[in-house]
Amino acid sequence: MDVLPVLIEWLPYLLSGIASTLGLVLAALGLGVLLGLPMALGQVYGARPVRWAIGIYVWFFRGLPILVLLFLFWFGIFPAIGLGDLSAFVVGAVVLGLRGAAYQSQIFRGAIQSVGEGQMIAARSLGMSRSTAIRTVILPQAMRIALPGWSNEYPNILTDSAVCYAIGVVELLTITSRMVTQTHITMPIYLATAGIFIILNYGGLKLLHRLEAKIAIPGFGTGAM
Amino acid sequence: MDQAVFLFDILLPALMQGLVITLQLIACSAPFGLALGIAVAVGRQYGHPAISWLCKTFVFLIKGTPLLLLLFILYFGLPSVGITLTAFAASVLGFILCNGAYNAEYVRGALISIKDGQMIAAQALGMTRWQAIRSVILPQALRRAIPGLSNEFIYLIKYSSLAYMITVIELSGAGKLVATKYFTYTESCAVVGIVYLVLVSITTVAVNLLESRVAVPGTTRAATAAQL
Amino acid sequence: MNDNDIVLKVEDIHKSFGGVEVLRGVSFDVRRGETKVFIGPSGTGKSTLLRCINQLTIPDRGRVWLDGEEVTNSGARINYFRQKIGMVFQNFFLFDHLTALKNVELALLKVKGMGRAEAREKALTELRQVGMEEWADHYPAELSGGQAQRVSIARALAMDPDVILFDEPTSALDPELTREVLEVMKKLAREGMTMLVVTHEMGFACSVANEILFMENGVVAEQGSPDLLLNDPRFTRMKDFIGRIDSRMHD
Repeated sequence: MDVLPVLIEWLPYLLSGIASTLGLVLAALGLGVLLGLPMALGQVYGARPVRWAIGIYVWFFRGLPILVLLFLFWFGIFPAIGLGDLSAFVVGAVVLGLRGAAYQSQIFRGAIQSVGEGQMIAARSLGMSRSTAIRTVILPQAMRIALPGWSNEYPNILTDSAVCYAIGVVELLTITSRMVTQTHITMPIYLATAGIFIILNYGGLKLLHRLEAKIAIPGFGTGAM
Repeated sequence: MDQAVFLFDILLPALMQGLVITLQLIACSAPFGLALGIAVAVGRQYGHPAISWLCKTFVFLIKGTPLLLLLFILYFGLPSVGITLTAFAASVLGFILCNGAYNAEYVRGALISIKDGQMIAAQALGMTRWQAIRSVILPQALRRAIPGLSNEFIYLIKYSSLAYMITVIELSGAGKLVATKYFTYTESCAVVGIVYLVLVSITTVAVNLLESRVAVPGTTRAATAAQL
Repeated sequence: MNDNDIVLKVEDIHKSFGGVEVLRGVSFDVRRGETKVFIGPSGTGKSTLLRCINQLTIPDRGRVWLDGEEVTNSGARINYFRQKIGMVFQNFFLFDHLTALKNVELALLKVKGMGRAEAREKALTELRQVGMEEWADHYPAELSGGQAQRVSIARALAMDPDVILFDEPTSALDPELTREVLEVMKKLAREGMTMLVVTHEMGFACSVANEILFMENGVVAEQGSPDLLLNDPRFTRMKDFIGRIDSRMHD
């Protein structure tokens, strides 16, 4: 079967689909850190109502299927609050991000809690304020501890991003479906897309592990002593 | 339309039907997903090099592919090579493959964590390698894998919603159809969400109970990366 | 000596944890340049006492003054006092993500607001002081316990404290490593650093302490120069305690 010419003909679309998929993933990872880290700090150091509110948020976003979340925000919540003009891509990225924040906050929380309490005691004994100690002593260690777990969120978000197909984001799976519909070549195109996802998946993980090795220091995680 | 009428006469009956399908999907997938996971993990860890490679590649490929794409392949793709599955069967098959691949990772982690001495002691008693795996190694490993396997079961509940994307009208699909027909997206999706939250929360509690039930003194709980 | 020499004043400290009274009214004055050593069975509140001085543990009752200013109830100013009261911990508590040099630098930069070059210079000086200059670029995970403890002493010294609290600084160390840390502490004492030391090292106590405070059941049971407590027949409790330790060690 002459799949290759078809793939080459569609290459620009495929590439735009890949770009869109990676855009979703990066936005979700970015939002996940931006929101997840403060949430983790809130859950560890915050007052009771703060911890409670964050707990509810995490329970909600981790308890719902990604498909239902996408439907809820795309068809329901965003239009209802006057954001109906947002593009499917933006909504997909935001929903993946909000959900990513729920998962990632728990990775960061675990990491913060695993930093020994002696670190805080020593920092305070030198006259540091609580916030300075968190910023300069606790977080730099917690981030290193969290990195391997955080890296493992990447493949999850990548594979979840394909569900954005359901609200019409023109990402890799959507492009694939269009190709299948128009060319009537099914299996080879599906398998080619699976191949692309697999490459993105393990390629990205490899990059993240390289980053881990780069910032590794003795006594922390995966770094060689 | 009256909110109460909509909720009780239209939405909830539709969701009930969807919920039944969702539960059927889960009931058909979970046992086989567990069996597949155990088989793949044991094959990977103790099998002939060729089998081990096969198991490893299976996990690699399935974990690398989005579940939704896998469902497309099984439902829209397979007919082109002469295999036609119903949407329900394709969904169940997809869930078994996916659930099995992820379960295999947890079981393998647990197998690795069992000390060599257990195998040596079993063989010293005259057990064959397979007898030792079945009656000494696996019972210990599975206990340690329970937190991870529970997580995957909860993921299965949530990801069963993707069956809707290949036309199975399960819980989220039923909600979506009502939402489209009556233009009640927020309400319908919210109620669907509540049902999932209830399902997931009940399962979480049940799973925690199970974990404490089967805990054996002295066997440590394996750490799981993504506790629900 | 007059009252102006008194750098630290501790008055009637009480502390309970969950209904158990760990400290039951401890008072003493510390003169500038003095080394006071706290001895006693474990669980008699010695470490808690040190933590009450720099308010890492808030005492239930009692007050602490540093150079005539009240440390207790000082609100946000406690961070200022903690710069002036250094602390060295049993388990070092070095910042695990920072090299030895950066461990010493960090508070200079973030608390004292020193410039980079000045902080680096100061940190290197303090590391030299404890014989750890060559290890400046190593991480805590790469240091022996004795080396780590010397770095943590340098970290405390760098803040130019009026007094340093040592909380069982050698209890986590092998005898070999204990010696190198005690040598550094002896040197500091000779150079006139004011030190409060909780320890079980009787040899160190006898050779360095200006005064030993023997604590039992949350109070100071005996107090005086090493010579007095060891040789004056009126004092018996610390000698009993030492005898118990010795006989246990010879069992």
